[in-house]
Amino acid sequence: MSTTTGAAAVAAESEGAPGSSNSLGAGSRRAKGPKRRSMGVQNAAGWLFSTPFLVLFTVFMAFPIVATLLMSFTDFGIRNVTDPLSANFIGFENYTKLFSDEKFLKSLFNTAYFVVVGVPLTIVLGLGVAVLLNNGIDRARTFFRIGFYAPVVTSIVAVAVVWRFVLDPTDGLIAGLFSEVGLTAPDFLGNEKLAMPSLIAMAVWRNLGTVMVLFIAGLQAIPTEVREAAKLDGAGTWQELRLITVPLLRPTLLYATIITTIGYLNVFEEPFVMTQGGPSDSTLTVSLDMYREGFNFFHMGYASAMAYVLFVVIMGITVLQLRLLKDNTK
Amino acid sequence: MSTVQMKQPRTKKPLVHVLLSAGLLVMSAPFLWMALSAFKTDKELSASPPVWLPSEWTLSHFTQLLDKLDMPLYFMNSVIVAVLVTVSNLVFCSMLGYALAKLKFVGRNKIFALVLGALMVPGNLMLLPLFVLMSKLHLIDSYAGLVLPFAAGAFGVFLMRQFMQSIPDELLEAARMDGAREWYIFWRIVMPLVKPALATLSIITFLGSWNNFVWPLIATNSPDKYTLPVALATFATDPNQSAGSNGMLMAGSLLVVLPVLLVFAVLQRHFTQGIATAGMK
Repeated sequence: MSTTTGAAAVAAESEGAPGSSNSLGAGSRRAKGPKRRSMGVQNAAGWLFSTPFLVLFTVFMAFPIVATLLMSFTDFGIRNVTDPLSANFIGFENYTKLFSDEKFLKSLFNTAYFVVVGVPLTIVLGLGVAVLLNNGIDRARTFFRIGFYAPVVTSIVAVAVVWRFVLDPTDGLIAGLFSEVGLTAPDFLGNEKLAMPSLIAMAVWRNLGTVMVLFIAGLQAIPTEVREAAKLDGAGTWQELRLITVPLLRPTLLYATIITTIGYLNVFEEPFVMTQGGPSDSTLTVSLDMYREGFNFFHMGYASAMAYVLFVVIMGITVLQLRLLKDNTK
Repeated sequence: MSTVQMKQPRTKKPLVHVLLSAGLLVMSAPFLWMALSAFKTDKELSASPPVWLPSEWTLSHFTQLLDKLDMPLYFMNSVIVAVLVTVSNLVFCSMLGYALAKLKFVGRNKIFALVLGALMVPGNLMLLPLFVLMSKLHLIDSYAGLVLPFAAGAFGVFLMRQFMQSIPDELLEAARMDGAREWYIFWRIVMPLVKPALATLSIITFLGSWNNFVWPLIATNSPDKYTLPVALATFATDPNQSAGSNGMLMAGSLLVVLPVLLVFAVLQRHFTQGIATAGMK
């Protein structure tokens, strides 16, 4: 029952593209008399209904966003936690320092590595599972969907506990498979070259479900007539996927790519719980570096500058992705 | 639909089933491992090659864990925080969602733009000043400090707006003609109509709060306000506590994960649907 309501909401929204302005126009044309009388009331009500969110938003989001920017131009340190206003203004010093900070540059590189490898893997596997689930399975679909989605709703702390066993070089799960075929497993998390790929594997495992759900919704929005027409015209499975499914899924693909990229650019939890950035900073990401500078060493001004550099990078990449992927639809 | 098309997917099915089952096995292996290991003896836990099924089932890791960690306390902390976050999101996000979907007021588009913008802002950007702010307000180690930053999420507003747009305007107009106040309309007409959306938002918010890790880690110093994930993580990284207690960690993880997985398995339709709705902007 709930599904139909949800689908209706989705359909209603996607049909009338600028849904809100649409209904507004129609409404005011339809009932002029009482409408005009209620305009003042609606204005007041609108703002009253908005107030709680706006207050919380201002205090716990807008203020911190601005404060981080201000802090990034100061030498904000541990003593300023109790006395924030006594932090000294130091201009762009934090920013210039960042770009000669080898550790930070390494964390930038590591984050880029995580994104460049992790995002395509997550998207392709998520899409693959969604297509398979949508095409060939009907009875056990819910069962499969729960299975693939379960890692998404699992606490990272529990995930870390289990994955450390999975990757353990002596009595881990993968080590067991290795010894089965007479090989010795490498120390995945202790090896500079393998630590990051291991974390990427874990992240793909954890986030595949989100992408899958998005794609399933997108696939179900493709009219069956389109598929049937393609089949009648003799399109094979691969052709159907390439010529029908993927082009019609573009909006979903765009959305999934953007949110996955943003999430991966912010990657923090995986290295935090698994490697603490090691070995020799090979899994140190920008967010983890920021966290450590800010909350372990209390170089909060410096950490704020990191946060803003990352934010600007994220905004830049998101805009770029919107441009690149959107233009292709036309 | 002719028989030709009906047949085609059926012939593909075996391969699809094999592929998906293999995928599912990989996806769920860590969970199975966790669930089984929690009941293994220490000897079998560190057996090499690994033993999947315990030959002897034991509850000793659970009793050990409950001796060392005040699990009921952390469980209650997690529940209290998640319930407060969920209830406040249900109320505040619905209020703004309603205003954005159904009320015409000056500044509405600006507020909606703000909500969309807020969806894009990474949480990490706010952590440092938020910590300073909470310290100044003496809200570190308090439920308020854990709840307030998450009390009204942009995602919830977006979701509720999407759902409320499908409510026919005529219905609200009729109520207005009868002299109903907006507040009454909101609680008595709109909210009952969006119960499925409220269920969706509840589950997503509750699970998000339950699994939230970074902020509770920053905003708590004293163990009596730890949430479950923070308590478990602290325990796992404390060299004095966790040495040789892999079984306890598995047992603890299972206790953190099990309630969530059960709730999710029962209500997954609401959950995945909400995630998908947000994607269909």
